[in-house]
Amino acid sequence: MAMSWNSRRVIGAVKRVTPQWKSIVARKQGDLLPTLRLFPFPFIGDGSDGVFPRRFQSTEAEKMLELSADRSLEFPGGKVTFVSSMNFLAEASAERVHCYRTLDESGQPLMSSKFLEVSEEVAVRMYTAMVTLSQMDSIFYEAQRQGRISFYVTSIGEEAINIASAAALTDDDLIVPQYREPGVLLWRGFSLQEFANQCFSNKADYGKGRQMPVHYGSNKLNYFTVASTIASQLPHAVGAAYSLKMDKRDACVVTYFGDGGSSEGDFHAALNFAAVMDAPVIFICRNNGWAISTPTSDQFRSDGVVVRGQAYGVRSIRVDGNDALAVYSAVQSAREMAISEQRPILIEALTYRAGHHTTSDDSTKYRPADEIQLWRTSGDPVTRFRKWIECNGWWNNAAENELRSNTRQQILNAIQVAEKVEKPPVADLFTDVYDVPPPNLQEQERLLRETILRHPADYPENVPF
Amino acid sequence: MAAAANPTKRLSKLLSSQSLFRRFSSTPEAQPTEKSLNLCSAVNQALHIALESDPKSYVFGEDVGFGGVFRCTVGLADRFGKARVFNTPLCEQGIVGFGIGLAAMGNRAIAEIQFADYIFPAFDQIVNEAAKFRYRSGNQFNCGGLTIRAPYGAVGHGGHYHSQSPEAFFCHVPGIKVVIPRSPYQAKGLLLSCIRDPNPVVFFEPKWLYRLAVEEVPEHDYMLPLSEAEVIREGSDLTMVGWGAQLAIMQEACRDAEKEGISCELIDLKTLLPWDKEMVEASVKKTGRLLISHEAPVTGGFGAEISASIVERCFSRLEAPVARVCGLDTPFPLVFEPFYMPTKNKILDAIRSTVNY
Ligand SMILES: Cc1ncc(C[n+]2csc(CCOP(=O)(O)OP(=O)(O)O)c2C)c(N)n1
Ligand SMILES: [Mg+2]
Repeated sequence: MAMSWNSRRVIGAVKRVTPQWKSIVARKQGDLLPTLRLFPFPFIGDGSDGVFPRRFQSTEAEKMLELSADRSLEFPGGKVTFVSSMNFLAEASAERVHCYRTLDESGQPLMSSKFLEVSEEVAVRMYTAMVTLSQMDSIFYEAQRQGRISFYVTSIGEEAINIASAAALTDDDLIVPQYREPGVLLWRGFSLQEFANQCFSNKADYGKGRQMPVHYGSNKLNYFTVASTIASQLPHAVGAAYSLKMDKRDACVVTYFGDGGSSEGDFHAALNFAAVMDAPVIFICRNNGWAISTPTSDQFRSDGVVVRGQAYGVRSIRVDGNDALAVYSAVQSAREMAISEQRPILIEALTYRAGHHTTSDDSTKYRPADEIQLWRTSGDPVTRFRKWIECNGWWNNAAENELRSNTRQQILNAIQVAEKVEKPPVADLFTDVYDVPPPNLQEQERLLRETILRHPADYPENVPF
Repeated sequence: MAAAANPTKRLSKLLSSQSLFRRFSSTPEAQPTEKSLNLCSAVNQALHIALESDPKSYVFGEDVGFGGVFRCTVGLADRFGKARVFNTPLCEQGIVGFGIGLAAMGNRAIAEIQFADYIFPAFDQIVNEAAKFRYRSGNQFNCGGLTIRAPYGAVGHGGHYHSQSPEAFFCHVPGIKVVIPRSPYQAKGLLLSCIRDPNPVVFFEPKWLYRLAVEEVPEHDYMLPLSEAEVIREGSDLTMVGWGAQLAIMQEACRDAEKEGISCELIDLKTLLPWDKEMVEASVKKTGRLLISHEAPVTGGFGAEISASIVERCFSRLEAPVARVCGLDTPFPLVFEPFYMPTKNKILDAIRSTVNY
């Protein structure tokens, strides 16, 4: 290891060690001494100059060194300064990391708030997409309740993160999603029909009906296919970003995850890899307070997720996730830094999962109804953004009514069409396991077809033979 | 093709109308109190008893605090407190690793992995740590108090990541036990045995049966032996081996075969590792034929191990090739689930061709 030892001055610190410590160290000295021989340097690694038994051995020689040395150590990673006081880093700073916000709950810009310009056209488009997303959610959710689709996940309460982050990016930026960011796809032009086709597992679904509803993906729109597995996408995002870097592309990767996902090993691997590889990737954590029934107080004791960035050497910001303008500004700035400086950025967006976890969940079992109600009303990101564009004179009731009735009709149409389209054919069961079906699958397909012919009643008739 | 059969409805009808599981169970002599329980409640009861009977036992996992996403841990935190029954952070490697440490200190660590599909982040902790903890220390240390529960298998709409049957991966790991119950009575007795077994155990629960399978379950504390298979239907023409939810389908096939004059013997393996070779061997020596069925993909499934072992031991007695009716060699597909599954008719076809070989 290339390391130069500039200072023995620390040794002099012994004199200032409190008597209690002296006695503890002295008692333990016998235990620690043999271990010390393993270290090539008279230094125990953590930089705190408290427990160092050898300093008790030869005070005269050490005193001399103390006079001639400076107060730092050249250690891999840079100069480390020695101090005589034994300070443990606190588990948390006195105040929580601040949260960047531009608009208050009533849609009024905060005093001296700084945000990037958003044109009327973009703002209206953003609002339209937020409303469309929430309408799609309520109609698809109902469709699941009626048994027309098997499962659904809403993004209710997280429309601003979905849409504003998407709006701040270019279509060249690759999206590596979790499952609660369909708004990014919507923004990029995934049609209501395409959403419906996936949820109804029909033959027009790009995933060929193989995955559960909401597991969207679009190669055309630069959006990796969703998997149910938590946090497994995060290292993929870093690898993809490294590719963009090597190809010198003017683009970055943006990956999303939840507060729960930040506990998985993959999250930690991804942040560390991103930092070490100088990868142009933006990690967007949707800290919505809940991972199914698990509150963040059972998930982590750090100040949320934003503080993890610094531990890995990743620049980070906390943003009000229900403030579309703040999300937009933060993501666009992050993108600028990620690409121009070729570095990862972590964004923690504070928000609330205002819906149930999925259609399999009843969140009133584990959280108070008034908490949900509060976030659905005064905390609602869609209403807040609407107030802002209304104040700007860009939106009014007439526009609102027209938008809502039009999109509602479009979504209902999309569902009706999707429902009638037949399922993918049996052949699609065997393709894409590999690039071409190997002999075992060819044989299994042949045998399956014979079985279907023998026992047609066992098989759904809407799956073409 | 005819109208789509609804597999859930079919199974449900099968389970209730023919009280399949009651007949399966080797219920001990008249117990003082018995209650009709579904498999989920039977697991819950076992956990209550485990926590009650040993103050050094703990139940933990994702969302376990409020009762778990399948409600198997309902009421435990209220009764035994948050120090013994708790939510963990969302991290399977952490759950199992933590469980190993807890168990190594002489506790019973009962860890829940929310779905068997999500056990893979913990694969390293199970394979390299739990399974070798005793061996690598020359038995100075062990984590035998560890039990990992995970719901597994098809449910009709689970797609890739809420349907898998990953048991074979774990059956390749010397040092752990793998147990799968078929019914509420079995689930309670086997789970209590797993929790108290001095070896780390992976206990896969057939989640399709959580609510569907109902049978009389004694309220008291009882255990069922590990590594002992059970003949749940006697027959003379063909031996059939299975475990967990698949047994219900196999039982149905046995009944239909009987109508055709074919007498099938059905064995519930219960413990897959280390498994009861002797019982299967004895049965195959009697019938001369073997069929194995499981939901997991056929290639490298645990059926392959049973088949190889029985061919080794019974080669000269076999009158037909060993048949395997299993899942296909594809990821678990949502819309194609009825095609993927080892259905009753696939089994029946295999029974006929094996017997008529
Ligand atoms: C590896 C893995 N473990 C467990 C699960 C089960 N599960 C699905 S979603 C979820 C909670 C996720 O919470 P969070 O990351 O906060 O995202 P949110 O749902 O709040 O958007 C869990 C535990 C899973 N899908 N994958
Ligand atoms: Mg969350």
